Amino acid sequence: MDTLIFIITAAIALIGAVAMVVARNAIHSALFLLLNFGAVAVLFLLLYSPFLFAIQLTVYAGAIMVLFLFVVMLLGAERIEDAPDQIAWQRPLGIGLGVVLMLVAMATALRASAFAPPPGGEALATFGDPAALAALLFTHYLLPFQITGIILLVAVIGVVVLNQRGRHRSEEAGREDARTRRREDARR
Amino acid sequence: MEPIQIPPVDLTLIAPLLTITAWAIVLLLVDAFLIPDERKKLTGYLALAGLAVTALVAVPLWNVDGSTFSDMVVLDRYSLTLTWLFLLIGGLTIAMALEYLPRHGIEQGEFYPLILFAVASMILLAQATDLIVIFLGIELLSLTLYILTGFAYPRVTSEEAGMKYLIMGAFAAGFFAYGIALIYGATGSTNLAAINAYLAAEPFVLSEQVLLLAGVGLLLITFGFKIALVPFHMWTPDVYEGAPTPVAAFMSVGTKAAALAVLLRILGSAFPLAYEFWLPVLSVLAAVTMLVGNLGALTQTNVKRMLAYSSISHAGYVLLGVIVATERGVEAFLFYMLAYALTNLGAFAVVIALEQRSESAWSLDDFSGLFQRQPFLAIAMAIFMFSLAGVPPTAGFIAKFYVFTAAYEGGLGWLALIGLLTSAIAVYFYLRVVLRMFTRDPGRPVEPAMDRGLHLNITLAAGLTLLIGLLPMPVVNLVERSLVALGL
Amino acid sequence: MDWIALLILIIQCFVIALGVTTAFAYLTLFERRLLARFQNRIGPNRAGPNGFLQPVADAVKLFFKEDVVPSAANRAVYLLAPAMAVIPAIIIWAVIPFGCLDIRGNWQACFEPQATTPLQNILQVAEINIGVLYLLAVTSIGVYGITLAGWASNNKYSMLGGIRSAAHLVSYELALACAVLAVVMTYGTFSTHQIVVAQAGLWGIVPQFLAFVIFMIAATAEVVRLPFDLVEAEQELVGGYNTEYGSMKFALFFMTEYIKLIAVSAIAVIFFMGGWRFPGLYTLGAGVENLAGPMAASIAVGLASLGAFLLKLVAFLFLSVWIRASWPRMRYDRLMDLGWKWLLPLALLNIVYTAVAFVLIPNETLASFVLLALGVLTLVIAMGINRVPKPVDNVTYVKDLKEMG
Repeated sequence: MDTLIFIITAAIALIGAVAMVVARNAIHSALFLLLNFGAVAVLFLLLYSPFLFAIQLTVYAGAIMVLFLFVVMLLGAERIEDAPDQIAWQRPLGIGLGVVLMLVAMATALRASAFAPPPGGEALATFGDPAALAALLFTHYLLPFQITGIILLVAVIGVVVLNQRGRHRSEEAGREDARTRRREDARR
Repeated sequence: MEPIQIPPVDLTLIAPLLTITAWAIVLLLVDAFLIPDERKKLTGYLALAGLAVTALVAVPLWNVDGSTFSDMVVLDRYSLTLTWLFLLIGGLTIAMALEYLPRHGIEQGEFYPLILFAVASMILLAQATDLIVIFLGIELLSLTLYILTGFAYPRVTSEEAGMKYLIMGAFAAGFFAYGIALIYGATGSTNLAAINAYLAAEPFVLSEQVLLLAGVGLLLITFGFKIALVPFHMWTPDVYEGAPTPVAAFMSVGTKAAALAVLLRILGSAFPLAYEFWLPVLSVLAAVTMLVGNLGALTQTNVKRMLAYSSISHAGYVLLGVIVATERGVEAFLFYMLAYALTNLGAFAVVIALEQRSESAWSLDDFSGLFQRQPFLAIAMAIFMFSLAGVPPTAGFIAKFYVFTAAYEGGLGWLALIGLLTSAIAVYFYLRVVLRMFTRDPGRPVEPAMDRGLHLNITLAAGLTLLIGLLPMPVVNLVERSLVALGL
Repeated sequence: MDWIALLILIIQCFVIALGVTTAFAYLTLFERRLLARFQNRIGPNRAGPNGFLQPVADAVKLFFKEDVVPSAANRAVYLLAPAMAVIPAIIIWAVIPFGCLDIRGNWQACFEPQATTPLQNILQVAEINIGVLYLLAVTSIGVYGITLAGWASNNKYSMLGGIRSAAHLVSYELALACAVLAVVMTYGTFSTHQIVVAQAGLWGIVPQFLAFVIFMIAATAEVVRLPFDLVEAEQELVGGYNTEYGSMKFALFFMTEYIKLIAVSAIAVIFFMGGWRFPGLYTLGAGVENLAGPMAASIAVGLASLGAFLLKLVAFLFLSVWIRASWPRMRYDRLMDLGWKWLLPLALLNIVYTAVAFVLIPNETLASFVLLALGVLTLVIAMGINRVPKPVDNVTYVKDLKEMG
């Protein structure tokens, strides 16, 4: 049963990933990526990690992809431009190297050592349980957890800094305009 | 539900990191709510004060040793020396920016806290002993740099540089994360010491550790990008040219120093057994970097781009010190980073002094006859160029000497030879600048914008470059005492 | 999984899917009649007694309308969008406990935080340890239907509606999630059933009053109803994202909106109004057990809890119709201001309150009331600060003119 679900989900995930790369329309690409995310979320469920399942859906499908769609729609950039590809020669090269990489990866994977169970990888009974995860975040991974907070802070600062310039000024100017206009109106 | 017990942590071990991060956060608030728009320089001075306080906080830790946070960070003399180096870099950058930002109409108080965050992430990298912390440190550093690169937002080149750096950096981060995953799969840990312990526990056969090697390879790609090693260097000239000049100066020394420091720690404490794999790879990279960096710089007429290529080539030299993985190599690395930081920041400061608003020429012609107009700037620039070229009696000479001897003693004689040859090439384009300044007639009149901060900056950098060149022993003593327990 | 459990699961899914669609149909009638009352009209009363067959008539009409796909539309996405809208709205019901009916007659288990014997509650499809996260995940996916419909229609107005929806829903999701997080902190569990069980003494609205207010506002925005229906503002956008949709595909969007409304009302009941609990439920169970044995008690408790839940749900639906009848639509910039500058900071503040209160005050009841006081105080202060800006910048007052002479 589990194997069957795994095979179906994995196939969907792969199809989504490949279709995402191949699709000519950015919105279609986004949707295929969404399909891929959904399939990966189900894979997390199969691995008994419901928390990761929910987070995968909320963060990737629910937030990141929505913003992607938003930006693509706002810019009207869903179509690939018809202008000749400047780096057309890179395409066959990229595909060729990709195939080589895949062959190497497969050759590697077929060796026994790659399939050996990972050291120290026996899953805990509470694996994937939100409470256990929280405990881990606040004990073993306390420092990375805090650093992540700082990273997010910096990202927020960045968004504000890169956006407020100009806007700040024009708002001020607009208010000034309105004030003078009002004064002039009043005088008249 | 039983409450989570937070394990005891020793905060003194990360005191410098805490100080500077807290200072940055508070400064951000102070800047937003207390400092009026026309007096943003005050924020800069406060940031300088923060760096100074952090440097003082670090002093009593010289004899402290230990690790905390589940062994994710460590405090040793190696990290402490690097901390001071990073604080120096941050301080010089802020001093440069104090006048630069208002002159170019891009002054915003957030610039200074962002520099503090960048320095904090570099300190974190110097102390990190866990791949996850390293990853986060690199991300924090990169994120601040993306913002700072695009800081001159209305200028298209700045925007382009920010975008380019962001996209390339995002790819690099992806490689790093994947690398960590593979290494974890191979060894069951992300802790550097634990990885080494796992690998040492059983007879280590390189060809059996395919997963591990793939992971290490991916990590090396990321470091190649961050340090700007050839062939991962393509972004460097464009980004340095587009970024606000103080930011370019900061990137050219800060990022490299932090990334190399952490690379040294990873190679030394997690993968000493796999040196058969990474040594040839990095040797070739170093050789190619030295060659391409110097050859690329030859043809540049834009000073900023020339400095960018020169920074690539210097990354190649300093990589020699890292990969020989001997005590002398580490010493050479630290010494080289200090000398290079002083010299390069000084050179960028001179460029800033000559840079005009709304102009993106940075032409070599502006240096023609500089000696007649601004003897101080010309002499300082000459010192920096000599130091970059490695001409005695400057710090750059001692640094190169140090690195090449370390490489030779470590059995990498052929790399030292390539280093020597490429240094000879480099002399050409560094001296070209000097010759122009002293022998040509002035071209178009360029009004240099000298102020106290820049003046002090250039004097300090030039003075120290000469001083270290003449009296290297104190610094040598310092770096000799700041070795890591590298498992060498 | 044995086949009986599987059968029960399938029946549950069927009943819920059909139940919510029927509920949707009658909610439209409920709303139209009520709105008519609010506006001093009569409302639909022709089809059947008191208009009782009106939804059936509507459904039949929609089914038989011609199904048109605009020629310039992106066909695949255009057809996919209604399905992507309606599916999350239905699957969200999987973790909502309608009541507590243990089919093994073990009715006491409904009231135990740590049930000794596993509960077999047939009034909830899936009792999972991440129920609340599941709710958030599924609501966050609900954006796609609307956004994609707007894009695929290849119509400027639809597109604007779609873009608005993406920005709007993502903005309010944050405040919503933060409000819910405070509830989770209060009860220390992600399971919806456990949250209901934990509201034995005080209902969630007491400790989490601030969260309740934020939740209600954000949830109304999340289901794009008045006063937050900028996505389909008919004066500006014709019909918004669904302009190009007709027949049953339009009905699916309509359905989505109402099912989501019912769903968020149900969630509000679970988090803040004690879910299926009401005072005396346990006594009822004990009384019936004395009279007729545990199985009957279980059924009695189940039905009573189901009834209580539905009653509360209807009260919330009435409230939402009332809100719709009372408030005009917001301006778009005000909408964003409210979401980012007021609701989100307040929700974050509430999280801080909750954490501090429960750590510092060991007595939970006392902590709850302290939180209530803090919440009310914060709201009052916030409302004091948040004055609607005076339109001084673009209006010339008559009295100004007079003063100038």
